[in-house]
Amino acid sequence: MTKWIMQDVLGNPSILVGIFALIGLALQKKGFVQIMTGTLKTIMGFVILGAGAQVIIGTLDVFGNMFQAAFQLKGVVPNNEAIVAVAQKMFGKETAWIMVFGMLVNLLVARITPFKYVFLTGHHTFYMAAMLSAILSAANVTGAPMVVIGSLLLGLAMVLFPALLQPYVRKITGSDDFAVGHFGSLGYFTAGTIGKWFGDRKVSTEDLKVPKSLGFLRDSSVAVSLTMTVLFLLVAIVAGPSYVERSLSGGTNFVVYAIIQGITFAAGVYIILAGVRMLISEIVPAFKGIADKVIPEAKPALDCPTVFPYAPNAVIIGFLSSFGTGLALMFVMPWLGLAVIIPGLVPHFFTGATAGVFGNATGGLRGALLGGMANGLLISFLPALLLPVLGSLGFEATTFGDSDFAFVGIILGNILQLFK
Amino acid sequence: MLRILVVCGHGLGSSFMLSMTARKACEELGIEAEIGHTDFSSAKSERADLYIATQDIADQLEDGTRTVIKVLNIMDRQFLKEAIRRHIEGG
Repeated sequence: MTKWIMQDVLGNPSILVGIFALIGLALQKKGFVQIMTGTLKTIMGFVILGAGAQVIIGTLDVFGNMFQAAFQLKGVVPNNEAIVAVAQKMFGKETAWIMVFGMLVNLLVARITPFKYVFLTGHHTFYMAAMLSAILSAANVTGAPMVVIGSLLLGLAMVLFPALLQPYVRKITGSDDFAVGHFGSLGYFTAGTIGKWFGDRKVSTEDLKVPKSLGFLRDSSVAVSLTMTVLFLLVAIVAGPSYVERSLSGGTNFVVYAIIQGITFAAGVYIILAGVRMLISEIVPAFKGIADKVIPEAKPALDCPTVFPYAPNAVIIGFLSSFGTGLALMFVMPWLGLAVIIPGLVPHFFTGATAGVFGNATGGLRGALLGGMANGLLISFLPALLLPVLGSLGFEATTFGDSDFAFVGIILGNILQLFK
Repeated sequence: MLRILVVCGHGLGSSFMLSMTARKACEELGIEAEIGHTDFSSAKSERADLYIATQDIADQLEDGTRTVIKVLNIMDRQFLKEAIRRHIEGG
């Protein structure tokens, strides 16, 4: 009986998140129909996530092999959705426990300290929980200690990163209504600080005329298909048609095969996003509902595009400068003996753009350019340095894309190494 | 029933927050609405009476066939209430 509950119910991540959603909905005193549909959707979100992982894993394998054959190097495409979906296959229940307790720690810290931030970017909470589970498992910390350490760190990160950014956010938005809760904070903080030191507020990005045509990159499925198709094509060409057609495609023309693989990757990300959306859509409102009750003056910490409308030009400039830096560094990394981190349009777009907005707020156009570069530097080197501490997950051809995941992971992973 | 779709780049974070603000605004207006949130690609194939997005996304969504409310501050419930009310009254 207990084995049945412990292993099949509490040990099954999809059931586990369903139970958490159910409790959340019941606490909000929702009706029976809402509780039932909400719980079902949450479980389904998790199952969809797994289906997306299946799609992604196939193309990642192909990419890894192709890249190895082409350059005799390890190539890694940072993509949060891909790595988290793969991680769920190994650390699903640990992630779920750390996520829920991490949210409780966030509430507790916000309740008793002057930092009233409530981190509402649910998918990032989930991704950070997955990253922590992977690092802790790799260092053989399991069971209750893992959940305790993981959720403490997660809860602290959910409060401290928004707190770090808040002085700059006030400058950007001109108000104290909300905070930015997004685990690319290190890049944004660096951008804001560099802008303050080296920037020049007299010339703002918003004085320029920037073509709006790059806005299509906001559409993440377009951005992912585009990057991955170009990437697959380049790597397939270098690896050579004979290798691709003989060892991978089963005879299909290598160009066609590369294009399909690139778009398949994007399709996998799309499926995973749909899953994540369902997974968090009941949990976040419950979290916010509880926060509003127990923390007077709770300040919502929101996803990074929240600041985009305040400086639309800085969004494009920050992205370009971050992405350019990532491209240049791709050629430098093998010299340093690091895995080649291939700059993805999605992480560079979202975090580079945000870094641009922060840099512009403190240092105008020059701040936005330098801030984007600093972010590009961080999200190239940090993910490469994260790989060794990720354990078995570090062997995948993908990893976490945003700076804070890697930053927290590298520090925690290396501290744990000392105790080994 | 009014069908509202809130849109952002990933369909995960900011559209979700904005949809919570919109839900509250509709409740306060006493309007019965079905409010969803999604990513930009999906939004193009999903029909709704009213689309809500931040300014940068809204410009791309506006193709003459949609009614789009542009938002600057996604926590600004008063602004959203005004805009939804104006839409209902046919303005």
